[in-house]
Amino acid sequence: MPEILIDPVTRIEGHSKISLQLNDEGEVVDAAFHVTQIRGFEKFVEGRPFSEMPSLMARICGICPVSHLIASAKACDALLAVRIPPTAAKLRALMNLAQIAQSHALSFFYLSAPDLLLGMDSNPSERHIFGLLKHHPQIAREGVKLRAVGQTIIEVLGGKRIHSAWVVPGGVNAPLSEEKRDKIAAMLPEVIAIAQRSLDWFGEMLDRFQSEIASFANFETLYMGLVTEDGALEHYDGHLRLAELDGTVIVRDIPADNYQKYIAEAVEPTSYLKSPYYRPYGYPKGMYRVGPLARLNIVERVGTPLAERYFHHYRSLDRQSSFHYHYARLIEILYAYEKIQQLVDDPHITDTRVRAVAAANAPEGVGISEAPRGTLLHHYEIDEDGMMKRANLIIATGQNNLAMNRGVLQVAQAYIKKGKKIEESMLNRVEAVIRAYDPCLSCSTHAIGAMPLRVQLFGPDGTLLDEAVR
Amino acid sequence: MKATPKSINAPRVVTLKINGQDISGREDESILDLARENNIFIPTLCHLDGLTDIGACRLCLVEVQGMNKLQPACVLRPSEGMEVNTDSPRLQRYRRMVIEMLFAEGNHMCSVCVSNGHCDLQAAAQILGMDHVRLDYFSKPRTLDGSHPRFVFDENRCILCTRCVRVCAEVEGAFTWGVMGRGIDSRVITDMDERWGESTTCTGCSKCVAVCPTGAIVDKGKGASEMVKHREFVAMLREQREREG
Repeated sequence: MPEILIDPVTRIEGHSKISLQLNDEGEVVDAAFHVTQIRGFEKFVEGRPFSEMPSLMARICGICPVSHLIASAKACDALLAVRIPPTAAKLRALMNLAQIAQSHALSFFYLSAPDLLLGMDSNPSERHIFGLLKHHPQIAREGVKLRAVGQTIIEVLGGKRIHSAWVVPGGVNAPLSEEKRDKIAAMLPEVIAIAQRSLDWFGEMLDRFQSEIASFANFETLYMGLVTEDGALEHYDGHLRLAELDGTVIVRDIPADNYQKYIAEAVEPTSYLKSPYYRPYGYPKGMYRVGPLARLNIVERVGTPLAERYFHHYRSLDRQSSFHYHYARLIEILYAYEKIQQLVDDPHITDTRVRAVAAANAPEGVGISEAPRGTLLHHYEIDEDGMMKRANLIIATGQNNLAMNRGVLQVAQAYIKKGKKIEESMLNRVEAVIRAYDPCLSCSTHAIGAMPLRVQLFGPDGTLLDEAVR
Repeated sequence: MKATPKSINAPRVVTLKINGQDISGREDESILDLARENNIFIPTLCHLDGLTDIGACRLCLVEVQGMNKLQPACVLRPSEGMEVNTDSPRLQRYRRMVIEMLFAEGNHMCSVCVSNGHCDLQAAAQILGMDHVRLDYFSKPRTLDGSHPRFVFDENRCILCTRCVRVCAEVEGAFTWGVMGRGIDSRVITDMDERWGESTTCTGCSKCVAVCPTGAIVDKGKGASEMVKHREFVAMLREQREREG
């Protein structure tokens, strides 16, 4: 069978390739997204003290280290079997929101905006952040600003932008001073204004992407994410909800300590990325999506006033298309900065009691939080001395694996037609659907992986007809 | 009345040169002590004020005129007319090699270590300008003993300085820590190579935790960079005991 290989997939975090299988008529019949890198954290943490996990696990990623810090620290809290001081939880939530805002800004402005603003068909030699800076300098600069403020807040809280050791089992290791709080507060008005401007101009241009909206993983799946008690957006702690697009709740609250009853993980021979699915529906029918689109699809409301307005607009969109990850991402940036504003306005945010101290009291602990790309789960088992026996990581990107694979097939079928020469812009759309998910492959391959993007086109007899490598 | 030996056999004072500087000192002091008294820096790792010196780490090597071999300053005694040099390209080369070998032999991951930022080995590497290790890492699997309720011994980070062995014997008097094996197989152990948590001699005093230069012996439950150690007490305890006789 002929195959097209896109290798590597560019403007994503990590290394991957895409293969497209064609039939005798030259139509795309199958597609696969292969993650080709391996990190292996689940294996090499075995035998280490659990208290080292937050900082060690944060090394999984340079983009979203805070997400791993948070999920890991929550798993460790469960091992200590303590309730952390409320202020510690608020401070962790604050750092997590700053992380979500900065990572979303990176995904939207640095990685995807070149496709959206310069065009899917534009000259690939200019289709990047520098091309964006040349043709849309104001937007590019504002994107950089949105990211920089998130990073700066992380630095103010934890002492450094990447791989801070501030989040620890039991809480955080230093309180927030009033001076630092004021420094954070002073940065917020500008980014809240930028986030609104970005939503305005992007909202107005959505009509231009009708064919992408129709073909970018536009199909039914389940959606999963954390929600608050009353159904609003939540990223640090809450109920893990699994729901359908129309709001039908399938599982109201997946319990952390029994997640395996609901989520199973499949392994495909063509990828280092595991494919989690909703166990009761089976594989691959139990496909679900996580991340900004999923989170906005399962909540009844957002919970901050400005973001709520854009959420109403979002509800009117064709929300089952993964193209709308972009708009959802921008709404979450606005939400994150508004929520940070609420947190720094909380008089208790500077309380000095921010850490609970205990030895390991439970043999197992699971920590769940929302990373920029979706629900993140760290599951640890320790021995009687507190040393790691086993780690299982369910990473946001992996949970989108099934939907990414099907999305690649859908977009390839929509753009690659028999008898037509394969254009670069067609392949760019195949990549762009992956970018919409903002996968982080470096984060997600621990079962044992490397992922550059290559598209190969194979004929029915297996001969390589065309290949695009980046 | 008994005469104190000190008053009769007081150590002789000798004069010598360190880095061309005229220095006088007691002959029972080490070259390291004399150098430090005169603000001359010599790097060390196994040395700790208050513990007996053993010349194990070889970082304090100095050149002595008339001697071909380099001498460890911590156990070298001064003599009349001695000329010592504490810094030269050769010494820098040797010291850096020593540090690189320590890094290559153990499994040191500073970024995720509990002692990151508070580690004598890391500080020595920075002072000596070690920007990379030219040797292949051994990457040898080593054990981690977490059986003690309050402490952890991570052999991956042990540099065999034996400060733990000496403080346990000389200050605490428990003799829990020892060394077994020879050469590259040498290991620091508790009791007869039993799990630390099962040790019948350990008093749980935590002196070994405090004196350990790296993240090898640490408090349980610490996260990255959180293990800060205070060691001044060793010299103070020693001094106080000597004063009390």
